[in-house]
Amino acid sequence: MRNVWTIARREYKQFFISPVAYVVAFFFMLLLGYFFYRALGEAIIQATYQPYAPTVQIVISPMVTLFLFVMPAITMRSIAEETRMGTLELLLTAPVKDWELVVGKWLGAFLFMLSLLAVTLIFPIVLNFLVTPGIDLGILLAGYLGLVLMVASLLAIGVFISSLFNNQLVVFLVNLAIVLVFWLVRPASNTTGGLPNQILNYLNLVDHYLTFFRGTINLSDIVYYLSLTSLALLLGTVSVEIRRWR
Amino acid sequence: MIEVEGLTKDYGPRRAINNLTFKANPGEILGFLGPNGAGKTTTMRILTGFIPPTFGIGKVCGFDVVEQSLEVRKRVGYLPESVPLYPDMTVFDYLKYMADLRHIKNAEERIDDVLEIVHMQDRANGYISNLSKGMRQRVGLAQALVHEPDVLILDEPTIGLDPAQIKEVRTLIREIGKRRTVLLSTHILSEAQQICDRVLIINKGEIIVEDTPERLQAGLTGIQRVAVHVQGDGDGLEKLILGISGIKRVSAIQEGSVEVEYAPGKDIRPEIARTIINEGFDLLELKSIALSLEDIFIQLTREEPEPPSTDDSDEEP
Repeated sequence: MRNVWTIARREYKQFFISPVAYVVAFFFMLLLGYFFYRALGEAIIQATYQPYAPTVQIVISPMVTLFLFVMPAITMRSIAEETRMGTLELLLTAPVKDWELVVGKWLGAFLFMLSLLAVTLIFPIVLNFLVTPGIDLGILLAGYLGLVLMVASLLAIGVFISSLFNNQLVVFLVNLAIVLVFWLVRPASNTTGGLPNQILNYLNLVDHYLTFFRGTINLSDIVYYLSLTSLALLLGTVSVEIRRWR
Repeated sequence: MIEVEGLTKDYGPRRAINNLTFKANPGEILGFLGPNGAGKTTTMRILTGFIPPTFGIGKVCGFDVVEQSLEVRKRVGYLPESVPLYPDMTVFDYLKYMADLRHIKNAEERIDDVLEIVHMQDRANGYISNLSKGMRQRVGLAQALVHEPDVLILDEPTIGLDPAQIKEVRTLIREIGKRRTVLLSTHILSEAQQICDRVLIINKGEIIVEDTPERLQAGLTGIQRVAVHVQGDGDGLEKLILGISGIKRVSAIQEGSVEVEYAPGKDIRPEIARTIINEGFDLLELKSIALSLEDIFIQLTREEPEPPSTDDSDEEP
């Protein structure tokens, strides 16, 4: 466990050294600010016709979309860069278990994203001053809990993909493709049954977020994100192990 | 400290090392010698727990490299050939990270110690990206030493260094090797000669020779060689020297200079000198050439034994 923390700490610090994370965080905040500004503008127009107050959803909704693109960029270096630089040989010949490396890498990225999420709280706070009687805390808490869970699973997938290749660009593209599949693929109709359709429905990354988005917390959705995270981390560990046997 | 028995590693259909068996005793510097692609790095990677062998047993400090990999890794310091470092970290941060991964208690003190050993105290707060190749090598070495390992495994530790740095690193290894078992790979023979207590020559994944550098040199020096240099173009010099009894071979190197090989036993040099001068040549130089470990190495790792009368020594200076 100590090694996990050691690796996570270095990984976290690394994000503040490498330009990639800064660039990603900068454009993320910039776009989010733009969407927030535009949503506020629309809300003002709406409010001239009828009583209307925007909810935190105007912040959260674009964040979900942006994260799907941001996550692969955050984790593309993760293990791929270690492999490319040869430092993986150093880590794997130190008394570090393979899972400690993978979980440490993930935890470092997760902590970085938590920091970024904390910064985005500025938007709900601003919104709280603009609307009466203030924002709905239920939606805020549920929405952010859902975001944290989604981030955790997306990062775990990213670390896993990063352990497969040693080219960052390949990692990014493969990761993006996988995320898009999880995001967009859903059966033509939700009502017509069948097990395959149910499975496709269950796997969809964004559908599970919708309950959080509405301000409710559903255990099955929490379980979904947590199991996706664990599965991806397990696959990452297996992949590092296989690397040794190749 | 290191025991290897029947170690074999296949990369797909290619056999990288085949049935290696050797031992390294405590406090010994064992040189691992061979041309590129001979299987040195593969063997080292197995012994450090980076990759598992296909067959065979490797033991370090009594622990099996596969079954008790973590125990082995705790006790081994390893400097891979590529000297992997994090360029965007400072020397101190890098060593601290490595020390933390190995759960060293008084890491700061220990880092000061190793930086002193590798003479890098003044660069502790410099970024690794700003260091020269030689300095990086020393940081890599510091990393391998930070947890005071019983066994040190160094893959080509002097490759890519300038002569002054090479000398420095070699002295350093000798110093370190007084108290530890060191397994060191190199393809430079004079290096093995200078640093190692014992040399293992490996080619195509198999051990060819295992001996001390001195005995290797003595045992294989079946031939004495001298270089002869005269003024002018040296016409007829070859023929003249060939006429002396005991001469095995004469080969022209350039105008006015030849290389002579003769069987050991009787020192034939005075006679060569006399004959040359008596025939009216102006002798400028007569110098004996010791058969270097390089020559021995080439003889050993060559596909076929050297035919006695080829002229391949022509290219040598």
